[in-house]
Amino acid sequence: MSILVNKDSRVLVQGITGREGGFHAQRCIEYGTNVVAGVTPGRGGSLFQESVRVYNRVDEAVEKEGANVSMIFVPAAFAVDAILEAADAGIGLIACITERIPTLEMLKVVRSLRGKTVRLLGPNCPGLISPGDNCKVGIMPGNIHQPGRVGVVSRSGTLTYEAVGQLSARNLGQSTVVGIGGDPVSGMGFVEVLRLFNDDPETDMVVLMGEIGGTKEQEAAEFIKTEMQKPVASLIVGATAPPGRRMGHAGAIITGSAARADEKVAALQSAGAVVIPTPGDIGRIAEEILKG
Amino acid sequence: MSEYGIPVPKGRVAMTKQQVRDAVDELGGVAVVKAQVHAGGRGNAGGVKVVKSADEAEKLADSLLGKRLVTHQTGPSGVPVEQLLVEEPAAIQKELYLAITIDGGTRSAVVIASEAGGVEIEEVASSTPEKILREPVDSVLGFQPFQGRRLAYGMQLPPSLVRPFTDLVANLYRLFIEKDCTLAEINPLVITDNDQVLAVDGKLNFDDDAFYRQKDVQELRDVTQEDPLEAQATDSGISYVRLDGDVGCLVNGAGLAMATMDIIQTVGAAPANFLDVGGGADDERVKLAFGIILSDPAVKRVLINVFGGILRCDVVARGVVAACEERGAQPAIVARMSGTNSEEGRKVLEDSDLQVHLVNTLTEAAEALKEGMSQ
Repeated sequence: MSILVNKDSRVLVQGITGREGGFHAQRCIEYGTNVVAGVTPGRGGSLFQESVRVYNRVDEAVEKEGANVSMIFVPAAFAVDAILEAADAGIGLIACITERIPTLEMLKVVRSLRGKTVRLLGPNCPGLISPGDNCKVGIMPGNIHQPGRVGVVSRSGTLTYEAVGQLSARNLGQSTVVGIGGDPVSGMGFVEVLRLFNDDPETDMVVLMGEIGGTKEQEAAEFIKTEMQKPVASLIVGATAPPGRRMGHAGAIITGSAARADEKVAALQSAGAVVIPTPGDIGRIAEEILKG
Repeated sequence: MSEYGIPVPKGRVAMTKQQVRDAVDELGGVAVVKAQVHAGGRGNAGGVKVVKSADEAEKLADSLLGKRLVTHQTGPSGVPVEQLLVEEPAAIQKELYLAITIDGGTRSAVVIASEAGGVEIEEVASSTPEKILREPVDSVLGFQPFQGRRLAYGMQLPPSLVRPFTDLVANLYRLFIEKDCTLAEINPLVITDNDQVLAVDGKLNFDDDAFYRQKDVQELRDVTQEDPLEAQATDSGISYVRLDGDVGCLVNGAGLAMATMDIIQTVGAAPANFLDVGGGADDERVKLAFGIILSDPAVKRVLINVFGGILRCDVVARGVVAACEERGAQPAIVARMSGTNSEEGRKVLEDSDLQVHLVNTLTEAAEALKEGMSQ
């Protein structure tokens, strides 16, 4: 089994006729994802790769194709509108891959989604993948994944691939791999994903990868301490980053002591998470935990 | 800030010693002189001083203008001081702190106020956290008067200042929203002897991702205030931050780039930079990025760490080779390539004339760096 996406996911791609959207929609289809529709306003009625129907509106795609998951690739200036349209049409899970959405726009989005059942992943995230269900909703290279029982949740993109690569090299497959994104204001956080992994009978442990900036890791630590029943191995990157400078990810800027790597590591450690000492040790630590 | 109705001290910008003299004379001989740089921490770095005469002002101007100011936010080479702000000194009764920023935890803008102004707010936060007041702002409703009153009474402001303070916060919030700020800070916010609020020093940070709709903010950019290599990277869409060490690194992805910096430190070395070449990079951008790394005279060795996803390893390898050929450079390189087209990428590096130590994992990369250091 898996969390969030599986065999029943009927995936809609918003921005499917764009260069990025088209490229990744095709990779997802090749991986086995059930891509049921695309949406590009003005391009309704056409076919993507001669097989996927393109609609003008999300509600049409939901009504005609039963889409329940949306992957968003539309440019930053229009992405907020795309998220709100998907939420309004009753999509259950929105993975927004688009990066560089202004922070103030995202404040409005998360405010308007409050109290609704729709889940938003991202923006500025690699998406998510459940290898056992051949369901990939994102931009990660599919071939590095293996079906299995380790859950992965991360704020980063390529560092997530690194973790998956190390796990697969030791034949430790993954139940679901979730990238929550690198922006300071985003949808699902660590806690929501940890809760789902905790309740998933086919996830045995979780690898959590955080970084400097914000307090998302401290929120995760609190949940691990009070509710998490499964082992969590955690890696925090950015210990060597100087304060006050932005390290690419909008989230990765150090402001205040809670945002520092050492504070995050300490919080996770005292909550009972196993600390992964260096980025080269992700696979080794996970293997040690699973072997008990 | 004055455009938004926030009271600021009387003063003017001076670019020469004579202008500084004139400005001080105009203010009656006593003034505060501030180095106008795009970095925080200038007070502690000697960039803000009170002068009591035009002569003293000229001497100070001589020591600042055309020189570089090093603060804890600028890096060791500092930033050039081209302008001084000469201001009327405020008759200070009390110094407050006021800022608006984004709180990822509550996922809202938050107003932060403290009666302990004029010092580093980080220190206040760690020594007397009870003196820091926070008001999250609903992004639909905006900042509400009751929140201003709660802050004002919480800081025990005199009743006559509750309304002016609340108005000032509302104006600062309007500025924060309309200009797409990530930080709008006034420190100190002074209460003067005659019970007025006055924004004596301030700092605004803007959201890069909103530049497309903030043309006037974009015009505030001053490349002379930036590290030249960082400015070059910014213009080419590369995330690059120059650091103090001697191991250059070229990585795809911000998280992996930070992980790579951490790995470098585990073997007792220090990274010369943070560099995320970006997912959509082509040969040309990689070549530019590697050229930036090679341009840093501090760089002795380079670690390439690429986990190909959208970005193919062979694209990276070709960009690296092209950058070295163009400059006739022969840097010592440790390269780790995984993911999309890693075999092709490794082959490009192997077939080149470069001295490359190819490794398979992050742990091996660390070992290779260590070996290289002991040679």
